[in-house]
Amino acid sequence: MTPVHGLQPASASRVATEEWNLPSRGRVGMFGLIAAESSIFTIFVVAYLFYIGKSVSGPGPREVLSVPVFYTLCLLSSSLTIHLALRALRAGKARAFSAWWFTTISLGAGFLFGTATEWHRLIYQDGLTISTNLFGTTYYSLVGLHGFHVVVGLLMLSLVMTFSVLGWVRTEHVERLDVLSLYWHFVDAVWVVVFTVVYIIGR
Amino acid sequence: MSTDSMPWPSTSGASLPAVGRIHEWVTTVDHKRLGIMYILCGLVFLVAGGIEAVVIRLQLIRPHNDFVSPEVFNRMFTMHGTTMIFFAAMPIVFGFANYLMPLMVGARDMAFPRLNAFSFWLTAFGGLLLYFSLVGANGLYGAGNAPDVGWFAYAPLTSQTFSLGHSTDFWILSIMVSGLGSVATAINIIATVLCLRCPGMTLGKMPLFAWLNLIMAGLVVLALSPLTAAQIMLLIDRYLGGHFFDTQAGGSAVMWMHFFWIFGHPEVYILVLPAFAFASEIIPVFSRKPIFGYSVMVAATVAIGFISMSVWAHHMFTIGMGPGLNTFFVFSTMVIAVPTGIKIFNWLATMWGGKIQFKAPMLFCLGFLFQFLIAGLTGIMLGCAPFDWQLGNSYFVVAHFHYVIVGGILFTTFAAIYYWFPKLTGRSYNETLGRLHFWLFLIGFHLTFTFMHIPGLLGMPRRIYTYEPGRGWDTWNLIVTVGVFFQTAGVLVLLMNLFWSYLRGPSAGSDPWDAWTLEWSTASPPPAYNFAEIPRVRSRRPLWDLKHPDDPDWRYE
Amino acid sequence: MQMACARGSSKAGGLPIFALLFGSVAAAASTGSARSLSPTNIFAPASTPTHSIFRLSLFVLAVTAAIFAVVFSLLVYVVVKFGQKADDDREPPQVYGSNQVELAWTVIPILVVVALFMATVRVIGDTEKFVEPSTAIDVLAIGHQFWWEYRYPRLGVVTANELHVPVSDPAQPTPTFITLLSADTDHSFWVPRLAGKTDLIPNHPNRMWTDPHETGLFLGQCAQYCGVQHAKMLLRVYVQPRAEFDQWVESQRQTAMVERVASEGRRIFESTACINCHTVRGTAANGRFGPDLTHLMGRDTIAAGAAANTDANLRLWIRTPDAIKPGSLMPAMQLSEHELDAVTGYLETLR
Repeated sequence: MTPVHGLQPASASRVATEEWNLPSRGRVGMFGLIAAESSIFTIFVVAYLFYIGKSVSGPGPREVLSVPVFYTLCLLSSSLTIHLALRALRAGKARAFSAWWFTTISLGAGFLFGTATEWHRLIYQDGLTISTNLFGTTYYSLVGLHGFHVVVGLLMLSLVMTFSVLGWVRTEHVERLDVLSLYWHFVDAVWVVVFTVVYIIGR
Repeated sequence: MSTDSMPWPSTSGASLPAVGRIHEWVTTVDHKRLGIMYILCGLVFLVAGGIEAVVIRLQLIRPHNDFVSPEVFNRMFTMHGTTMIFFAAMPIVFGFANYLMPLMVGARDMAFPRLNAFSFWLTAFGGLLLYFSLVGANGLYGAGNAPDVGWFAYAPLTSQTFSLGHSTDFWILSIMVSGLGSVATAINIIATVLCLRCPGMTLGKMPLFAWLNLIMAGLVVLALSPLTAAQIMLLIDRYLGGHFFDTQAGGSAVMWMHFFWIFGHPEVYILVLPAFAFASEIIPVFSRKPIFGYSVMVAATVAIGFISMSVWAHHMFTIGMGPGLNTFFVFSTMVIAVPTGIKIFNWLATMWGGKIQFKAPMLFCLGFLFQFLIAGLTGIMLGCAPFDWQLGNSYFVVAHFHYVIVGGILFTTFAAIYYWFPKLTGRSYNETLGRLHFWLFLIGFHLTFTFMHIPGLLGMPRRIYTYEPGRGWDTWNLIVTVGVFFQTAGVLVLLMNLFWSYLRGPSAGSDPWDAWTLEWSTASPPPAYNFAEIPRVRSRRPLWDLKHPDDPDWRYE
Repeated sequence: MQMACARGSSKAGGLPIFALLFGSVAAAASTGSARSLSPTNIFAPASTPTHSIFRLSLFVLAVTAAIFAVVFSLLVYVVVKFGQKADDDREPPQVYGSNQVELAWTVIPILVVVALFMATVRVIGDTEKFVEPSTAIDVLAIGHQFWWEYRYPRLGVVTANELHVPVSDPAQPTPTFITLLSADTDHSFWVPRLAGKTDLIPNHPNRMWTDPHETGLFLGQCAQYCGVQHAKMLLRVYVQPRAEFDQWVESQRQTAMVERVASEGRRIFESTACINCHTVRGTAANGRFGPDLTHLMGRDTIAAGAAANTDANLRLWIRTPDAIKPGSLMPAMQLSEHELDAVTGYLETLR
């Protein structure tokens, strides 16, 4: 059976077509993902805060944690470099885009390297593991959850890097890359929160 | 956005070999097919959960019964709750949302069709994983390794100390996997509503169905993640030696409760808002009037969405939170009753002065109104913390939430099935069988769940595999069990009706109910592309405007 | 098929059932036959906190019944009056809303909610902020899978499963305050006629109180799922006149009356795994995992109320606990028939 006729199709409107501008679904989707992830992180942060000072035994934050200034700066400046990369791409400068994008990945990798060295020291020198005490459990899970998100971000960024090296990235892709950069900014913002909770409040 | 990249399945589907047709369905990204698969998946698990309920009620038909062992009983109630909530109700809700949202907002598909398909298969896999636990490890006798920790899996019962083997892990993983699918579907729904509405359909002009599912999706995004987080913590405790819920190491069992109920309470609103959506579409059509107070309904829904994130600890009145917290959660629980009550009044006002047609969808909506009213009132009783100190964790609570979920949500789901069956299949269902289903189910529902309040008032706690004679609970439990058979009969009638009508029912046409939202402007079933041309709308009831060009809605809105 | 049958009956079907429910509750509450309906009837309060909850519940029930009556009448009226007539095809007047009406049914529920909230807060305060008088009895209740451990620290009493408290005269109250702990998972102490339920959660001590106004045996059971035998973690509270209670305390404080030369049963008890779990004060047995057995014969039941404390049951429990409480943590002791007789005989001397 044919559908009911008469519903005025948008294209045949006699009225001057007003703008019908709705947000892009990529952005909305990414904000949705960020909301969900924020929710997960909130719960881990709440658990961390609640358990401050409640470990029954084992090393505490003040004894073993040192503020990771350098690699925090790495991660936070990677937000700037990814922004610069997209600005270059919008202006059509593919090589500048590649350079800044690569810098972003390196800074992110630097952050991960810093986390890895810190964990190595904590485990082998200070004897703090995820099962040592409440501090160990909450510390490794919160920082680890964040680190996992950095890894996923780096994988995505590396994929784009590959495309860029192959010459496939053009200015018309900047909207999609902007959506990806939203994720990266989110990861940075979460680190600000984690850093504050773990290294400032928690100590 | 490019909908041109969607594959158009061949319209001469009947000539494809069976393998080809199965392949089409398995690889489909069409929201309509995914919607149907979600609904069928939900119905299958509804039957599975129903069988578990029958086992529970047969065991409890008399005191000191030995129909099943305590181990099996405990697995049954755990599986029943987990199945019904995560694998029956949520898939059915998502199924209808998937099918109808794009049609109602004048779009060709959901915002992310491939993500949509991925979500469905995650959900289906999660359900299969949960049921694999019945046959995993120890085989079927004694229900194998099925989880037995209750659907809310309180710590420390779920630690390795008290839950040996992998039964709890099945619970964790199946829910986590399908939870990912649920969050993805929610993001899809939000993006569809915000980004794909047809021209002229401002947020204030879209059907209430779209609003309610939008708020529901927002709740999923915010509330499912706490459960995922808590489950990750539980896995860390169980397998990496973590101490999140390890009370010996200073961990907190209460923390699990908070995290779980921060998810758990919004979850019930996630289930009930789509039920409200069904009612808000069906009641107006069968009363032949527009919904009364559209803006107020939207405002009330938004309010419910927000407040529902602040009431969770009314599930924890007995754990000793102290008078301050107890008072706060009494307050927030009472507050949420106000917008919920407003909605009931608005539905009544919609019917007032109308011309009510008592077809199957409307009958089930009337049942919904009656039962949801009572459920809300028993909810108020439970929200008074001291009263909850007696009623909590008893069969009164079980009766209350089944009144909401079965009497409210399942009734409107039945209404939705009958209402949209012609659109989904192109056929009409049998109205007499529909009425038979209604009466059988109504009688069974009330025998079971009305009388179930009484043992609760007489001191019977929940989750007990047997009970002592001489407590005055025997007769009531017997009546409760008898009701199950009527409900089973009703559901069998429904399934027969659907099956038979699908194969042999008369052709339904595109608009059998003389309704007003965009899905009724397409063929039944709609073509793969939904609309030949994307429509432009001017009011909340575009088809009313078409059918009444002399008196269109947009003059009054 | 446009026939509108008598639809008023479809909703009226629920009404008799609900009237029955409310009627029976109200009747039971008012005539005092609540107790005869069930020994665990929440509408048969026997202490101050339960009376307080009962009064609140009557208020809440009255309010909700009134709301139900109003809304249900509206529903029935609508269904009866506004059915579509068989040959009437015209659409009714399309009404979109009314701000005044919306305001009315927003304001009135808010007022109702405020009233309910204030009544509730009062009872929360009365119950949770009650100050413990010096005359109070102090009990430590520790939940185990699947039994109850009771200690009276100031009185030097340790027992299990059957709680004894003195009756309390409202003029000169002698309430019992119970601190609730758990040795393993979550439990909940629920004796409906004496108090609202309070949970026993590991690492989270709770406190509850009751002041029973009448003597007698009060029943209840664990109300938080705690594992396989949650259903058989029963509660028995013996409320006694003060003099009897004091006598009970005295007898419980004694160590076990055992002979100097250990009987065969006692030797078996003390040389097998029994003493790893159980205590018999005055002997070598001082295990804490299972109930204290020093005055076992003073109890009416065994296995937390799962069976009467008879010779046959005791013997069966020791031989095959799964026959009485399958899945309980008491292992089958693998004793021979003769050893069983001996051990049972020994236990029966523990008065």
